[in-house]
Amino acid sequence: YPPLTTIPPPAKYGGRHTVTLIPGDGIGPELLTHVRELFRFCCVPVDFEIVSIDSKSTSDDDMNNAITAIRRNGVALKGNIETNHNLPPSHISRNNILRTSLDLYANVIHCQTLPGVRTRHRDVDIIIIRENTEGEYSSLEHENVPGVVECLKIITRKKSLRIAEYAFNAARQNGRRRVTAVHKANIMKLGDGLFLQCCKEVAAGYPEITFDSMIVDNTTMQLVSKPQQFDVMVMPNLYGSVISNVCAGLVGGPGLVPGANYGKDYAVFETATRNTGKSIANKNIANPTATLLASCLMLDHLRLHGYASMIRKAILATVSETRLHTADLGGQGTTSEVVQSVMREIESKGPRTSEQI
Amino acid sequence: MFCSAVQGEFGRLKRAERFVLRSSALLQTQKARTCLSEVNLSNKIPNVFRSCLLSCFFLCFSPSLLTSYRYVTVVGKHPRYKIAVFLHICGFGDRVSGPPRFQPLGARALSLTAAQSSAEAPPARADSTFKVTMVPGDGVGPELMTAVKEVFKAGDVPVEFEEFHLSEVQNMASEDKLDQVLTSMKGNRVAIKGKIHTPMEYKGELASYEMRLRRKLDLFANVVHVNSLPGYNTRHNNLDLVIIREQTEGEYSSLEHESVKGVIECLKIITREKSRRIAKFAFDYATKKGRKKVTAVHKANIMKLGDGLFLQSCAEIAELYPKIKYENIIIDNCCMQLVQNPYQFDVLVMPNLYGNIIDNLAAGLVGGAGVVPGESYSAEYAVFETGARHPFAQAVGRNIANPTAMLLSAANMLRHLNLEYHSNMVSEAVKKVIKQGKVRTRDLGGYSTTSDFVRAVVANLRYRPV
Repeated sequence: YPPLTTIPPPAKYGGRHTVTLIPGDGIGPELLTHVRELFRFCCVPVDFEIVSIDSKSTSDDDMNNAITAIRRNGVALKGNIETNHNLPPSHISRNNILRTSLDLYANVIHCQTLPGVRTRHRDVDIIIIRENTEGEYSSLEHENVPGVVECLKIITRKKSLRIAEYAFNAARQNGRRRVTAVHKANIMKLGDGLFLQCCKEVAAGYPEITFDSMIVDNTTMQLVSKPQQFDVMVMPNLYGSVISNVCAGLVGGPGLVPGANYGKDYAVFETATRNTGKSIANKNIANPTATLLASCLMLDHLRLHGYASMIRKAILATVSETRLHTADLGGQGTTSEVVQSVMREIESKGPRTSEQI
Repeated sequence: MFCSAVQGEFGRLKRAERFVLRSSALLQTQKARTCLSEVNLSNKIPNVFRSCLLSCFFLCFSPSLLTSYRYVTVVGKHPRYKIAVFLHICGFGDRVSGPPRFQPLGARALSLTAAQSSAEAPPARADSTFKVTMVPGDGVGPELMTAVKEVFKAGDVPVEFEEFHLSEVQNMASEDKLDQVLTSMKGNRVAIKGKIHTPMEYKGELASYEMRLRRKLDLFANVVHVNSLPGYNTRHNNLDLVIIREQTEGEYSSLEHESVKGVIECLKIITREKSRRIAKFAFDYATKKGRKKVTAVHKANIMKLGDGLFLQSCAEIAELYPKIKYENIIIDNCCMQLVQNPYQFDVLVMPNLYGNIIDNLAAGLVGGAGVVPGESYSAEYAVFETGARHPFAQAVGRNIANPTAMLLSAANMLRHLNLEYHSNMVSEAVKKVIKQGKVRTRDLGGYSTTSDFVRAVVANLRYRPV
C-alpha cells in the first residue's frame, strides 16, 4: 500500500472527535454496538465512522477503504476480522494487512487481576509489549520442493530497536522497574539473537530499569507458576501472541483484557486476544468488558481522561459483582445486563454538568 | 524604536528602497502593529550590513514572535531583495528543533491549535443542564435571542444561557468585555450568537470584534445549511446544499496598508495548513452526512498562486476520500450556476470572501437571511448563528424579524450537545409552522410579527411539561 507522504489534519471539530469503527466478525459487531450505546449515554464527544469489511469477499477494496478511513481519522476501534484458512496463501490475514500498512508496530497489553474476578493467581500486573509487524507474521512462505515448505521469520535491527525503545520508555513512564525480553536465542541464534542484542543496547540507556531475558519455554512455565515476578515484557511477534494469551488467561480470560496497537501516527484499539468468537456470536453471552475497556483506552488516547476514568470505574464496579459475570467467568449473566449495569453505575455516580459551575 | 532610528538615518537617501516586512502573526498583536515594519533602506548599503540589520530587526521582535510562529516574508521592489526569511533561521529555539527523543505513539496532534487547547471538559451526562454562552449582538439579535429563550423555556430544554452584550457600535465596546466573552466561550465550548456589527469607518482597528473572536477561538470552518423549507415555495424548491467556508484567513486577514499615498495594498493570505484543514473538514463533513460530492470554489485563473494553493490542498485531501467526488468551479461560473441550476451542487468549500458571497446568495435562493442556519467550528468549540449574518438594524423594535434561522440554528446546537429529542422537537415545530403557512413573517410574504411566530412555534412543540 503506498505510504502517505504527509499526514492530514486531525479530525476533531467542535470538540468532537471522529474515530473509525471496524465491526469485524463474530462478536465484534454486537459488542461494538454496545460501545456506541454507552458512548451516546455518556455524551462522549466521539463520532464513529463505521467501515464494514466483508471477510467473505476476496477483493481488497474493503480493506483499502478501511485503511484510508483510519489514515484520515488517526484512531480506530475494531473487532477481529476472520481469516479463512481454506483460502489460498495469497490471501493474507486482513488484520495483519491493517497492522503492517499502518505500521502499528507496538501491541501493548496490560494484564491486571481485576478485583472481584476469582483467579488462581493474585496480584498479577504485567505489561506485554509485542512487536506487531515482523517476525513470524511476515507472511512469507513458499514451497521450493513439493512437500517442503519454507516459512521465513524476519527480524530486523531497525524494528527491534524501535520496539525495545518503546518498551523501555513505556516502562519508565509507568514507573516500572524491570523489563524482560522473551526470546528463543539458543535455537534461533541469529534471529532472536539480534532481537536480544537490540534490547540490550537500548537497556544501556535506561540505567534505572533492570533488564533481563528469559527463554520463551521457561517464561511460560514461570507465568503459570509464579506470574508475580514479571513486570514489563518485550518480545517478537509470535511469542507475543502466545504470552499475551497466557497472561489473559491468568487474569480471567479473553473477555477481560483490552489491547492497543500503536504506530507512529495511528492507533487502533481492540481486545487483547483478538478472538472472533464465532461460536458465541449474537447469543448475548459474550463478555463485553474487554471491548469496553478497549474503548476506554481509546478515550485516554484522545485525551478525554474524564470520560475514560468515569467509564472504567463503572466497568470495574460491574465486574466485581459476581451475579453479573458472563459465562466465561463462570456466571450466567448476559451481555446486555452487564452493559445496562455499567450505564446504571455511571448514572448514579457520574458528575452533573451544572454542579461543575 | 529601532525602525524609526533606521528610518531617520537613511530616510534622506535618494532612491530609497522599501522593505516591507509582513507577518501575519505580528500584525495580530496590538503592540507589534504599532511598531510596524517599514524600513527604508538604500541600495547603496552593502549586502552584509543589510542582512545584519534584518537579523537585528527580527531579534527585536522576538518576544512577540515567539508566541506565534508563522512565516515572515520580506518583500521589496528590487528583485534582489525578494527574500523569504523563515523564523527558524533566526534560531527561535526548541519550537523548531528536531522532534523530542521519544515521540508519544499514535500521536498526531489532536488540534492544530495546540496552544489554545484549554483544560479538558468535565464529563457531561445525559440528564444534566448544559451551559451555553449567548451573545445577542446588534440589530435584531436580541429579539431573536428572546425568541430562542422563549421556545427553550416552553420546551423545557435543559440549557442554561450565559449572556454577554458585546457590541462594537453601541457604547459597549471594550477589551474587557471581549475577554469575558472569550473566557466564557472557552469554558462552555458551545455558544450561540447574533451578528456583532462591524462599523464601516476605520477607527484604528482593522480587525472587527467578530473577526477577533473567530481568530482567538480559531473557528476556522463555517457551515451554512441551505435547505428549502417545505411549504414555502421559492424559484428553486427542494434545495439541499451545504456551504463550507474557511473563516480565519483569506481576504479577511485584516492586513492593509498604504505604502504610497493614494495606493492601498490589501493582502489576501492563503496558507497550505489552513487550506488543508478546511478541505479535510469539508470532506469529513461530507462523509459524516453521507454526501456524494464536494466542489471547491476558487478563482485560480487570476490568483494563480493563492487560490492555486487552495485548490492543490483540496485535491491532496480529496485523495483520502475515494468515495466522494471532487470537483472545482470558478466563482463567477459558480454564482451563475447557482441561480440557474443549484441542484448540481452538494457540498461547496471555499476561501473566506467567496464563502461570504455564496452564503448570502444561497440564502437568497431559499428564502432570505431569516431562514438559513449556520454554525462555526474549531477543533474545540462550536458557535451557532444564522447563515447569512446581518444585523438588520432597520427592523429593531418593529417586531418583524424572522426567527426561523436562529431557531433552526438553536436546534442544531441541541443536536451538537447530544440532546437529539429536544433538537428534533424544536426543528419540527418550526418546520410545521412554516408548512402550515398561516403564521409567516414579512420576509416570507406574511403579516405576522416575530412574537406571533414564536407563539405558534411554542404551540406546536410536542413536549408538554407536566
